[in-house]
Amino acid sequence: MQPILTFLSPELTDRIIAEGFTLLGETGVYIDSPGMQERLAGLGARVDSGSGRVRLPETLVERCLASAPSSFSLYDITGEETHRFGTGTVYYTPGSAALYITDEAGRRRPSTDDYIAYVTLTDTLENLASQSTAFVPADVPETISDSYRLFLSLLYGRKPVVTGTFSRGSLRIMKALQTAVRGSEAQLKLQPLCIFTCCPNTPLRWTEETIDTLVSCAGSLIPMEIISVPMCGLISPVTLTGTLIQHTAENISGIVMAQAVQPGTPLLYGCCAAVHDMRYSTTSMGSVESMMLSCGSAEIGRKLGLPTQAYITVSDAALPDIQAGVESGMGGMLAALTGISNISGPGMLDYLNSFSLEKLVMDNEICGMGLRARAGIQPRDDFPAAPLMAELFREKHLLLSEHTRAFLRDEHYFPGPVIDRRDTAARERDPALWSARARAEIERRRAAYAAPELPAGLRSRLYDLMSREAAANGLDALPVPLQRDWRHLPD
Amino acid sequence: MELLDRISAALQQGNDAAVLQYTGNAIEAGIPASDILNRGLIAGMDVIGLKFKNQEIFLPDVLLAARAMNAGMGELKPLLMKAGVKAKGKVVLGTVAGDLHDIGKNLVGIMLKGAGYEVIDLGTDVPAERFIDTAVTEDAPVIGMSALLTTTMPSMRDVTALLAGRGLNTRIKTVVGGAPLSARTAAELGADYYAGDAATAVDIVNTILS
Ligand code: B12
Repeated sequence: MQPILTFLSPELTDRIIAEGFTLLGETGVYIDSPGMQERLAGLGARVDSGSGRVRLPETLVERCLASAPSSFSLYDITGEETHRFGTGTVYYTPGSAALYITDEAGRRRPSTDDYIAYVTLTDTLENLASQSTAFVPADVPETISDSYRLFLSLLYGRKPVVTGTFSRGSLRIMKALQTAVRGSEAQLKLQPLCIFTCCPNTPLRWTEETIDTLVSCAGSLIPMEIISVPMCGLISPVTLTGTLIQHTAENISGIVMAQAVQPGTPLLYGCCAAVHDMRYSTTSMGSVESMMLSCGSAEIGRKLGLPTQAYITVSDAALPDIQAGVESGMGGMLAALTGISNISGPGMLDYLNSFSLEKLVMDNEICGMGLRARAGIQPRDDFPAAPLMAELFREKHLLLSEHTRAFLRDEHYFPGPVIDRRDTAARERDPALWSARARAEIERRRAAYAAPELPAGLRSRLYDLMSREAAANGLDALPVPLQRDWRHLPD
Repeated sequence: MELLDRISAALQQGNDAAVLQYTGNAIEAGIPASDILNRGLIAGMDVIGLKFKNQEIFLPDVLLAARAMNAGMGELKPLLMKAGVKAKGKVVLGTVAGDLHDIGKNLVGIMLKGAGYEVIDLGTDVPAERFIDTAVTEDAPVIGMSALLTTTMPSMRDVTALLAGRGLNTRIKTVVGGAPLSARTAAELGADYYAGDAATAVDIVNTILS
């Protein structure tokens, strides 16, 4: 049996969804885009164009929820399938869009080199199924900082990318980069490479800029994660149930818009819940209540028939310390047991403001444990038990048993080197702290990185596209060289 | 209990109706407006500030106290002005062009209002000219700007440059905040002051306008 954790009773789930529908029908949602207002009016929504308030009738909501796919796949840069969302499998992905990087030297703005280090490391982390555009290199003009991250991810990385736009107009180049990888827009539709994040502006509002991205992605069947960002006690109710009702209404309104543009647009039902800590006015995502909200929202998403997402393997800590381990460990495990399809957050610190590679390798091990727990306890060759007991009495151990060799790798996950299970003598010989072990592991993995083999000329095409975009934004040369030999990478 | 203590106590409880009533009583009793302000309202706010710092109370308690403070100030203002006590001044506040994050900015606004300042909140996605034009027409000596995105933070430079270009930078001071900023980036963007949180924002405006 696959374990499944639930916070909501079936009755409460239904009540929350029904209340969300009522909110959408009666209170409505503010949509700052005349084009979208018109589109929804055409489908039966009641629109007050003066205020932008749009009331969505239940029939429209039901229709849109029904046309959103219950499952979809992602494919890596070489075209290999990596994800099947909506099939009960859970996947982890690094946190996205941090402003800073935190390392031994402290917190600083990241550079292109930091980003390449991140992509090449992530490529080797076996428990992270995708990359994300994790932080924002500060050595290019801000106007291209969103597309440039994606460019570097595609230039160096193999895994699909979870990403998003920061400003209007960025989607054009970001789409061009993806299309270049696949060869055509039609092929990109068949083999999605990226997921774009789209957030309502809590409470119950969608801005024109986000709607632009949403319309454009839906038009090309580019998958999106619709992520309401409620803040319990500040801009959403202090009660978890109240916040889930608001979150449900906000998320569904995004789903309605995407499906109104293009029925069948692949979507993840997302959540980035925070608790407003009334003592410090901070937005805690490492709080147990935020984790409960993420899990609860995924239960609602699943009930609505959609694959899910949540920002949950994150930490509020300033440094990758014990707090970071505890918060990410709790979140990563709860998420896996809840069955959240795409679990975001590894690597992330400081209320989503800073990213740490040391934490990323630690989290990779947390994710390994989460995936193991998700696989549950299964009956293998365990019935009847007597023959194995007889072997144990006879041999005094089971190290060489057929049974051990057959099931060891599936039954046991081996974390390390951040999680330390060495014996005392080994620890005395090499008493390195976890952080030193993490740093050594980063080095080891980066040395093992091999750039994916791509069709001839593809990297040059990506490079040309990005160079032109950079030039249009006042940057003459990209701060990354176009390599000839991609098997050997710079430090 | 003495009337002024009652004002202070009611303010600490966030009871705006009582603060309003006791302030009225104190005025009728002929207590000087500056005493009502300093030994009643501000004395209460000081206790609130200390308790908040010590985590004995939380943000909603501070905001309720600030609302009660404003209720009392409404009664006192005409008298203070008559007595030649100057109004505390205006602050133009907004989130810069292209940016829609307003939670932090709103908290700063609430705290500034609580401290007795008049806040002109221009909302989000505010173009540079609007900050400056409003400060000029409203005669506000402080512009507060918020940015949460690395992409929008540079718009702060548009405001500081425009202020300097129009020769207004000695008369109008800028204070900036938001997660991507630091004291260093704020200086690089030409801002006069930086604050990492709403309480510091109030301290800084106090310094600018003292
Ligand atoms: C909530 C939130 C949102 C909400 C905003 C809702 C709203 N009404 O404001 C929504 C969901 C709409 C949103 C949208 C987006 N967001 Co956002 N968002 C956040 C989040 C999680 C919290 C911000 C917040 O409210 N904090 C709580 C308040 C109380 O803190 P604060 O804002 O820092 O304010 C305090 C101080 O900074 C200071 N201060 C603030 N302003 C001022 C002003 C003055 C004058 C002074 C003196 C002081 C001061 O005092 C405040 C009180 O103590 C941050 C991450 C983070 N932790 O900062 C990301 C974050 C800022 N967002 C991010 C992104 C990427 C986006 C989007 C682009 C996502 C997308 N693809 O759709 C859009 C952009 C929309 C736009 N054009 O602005 C990134 C930024 C990345 C970057 N490199 O710039 C962040 C860092 C998250 C992340 N890692 O991905 N977001």
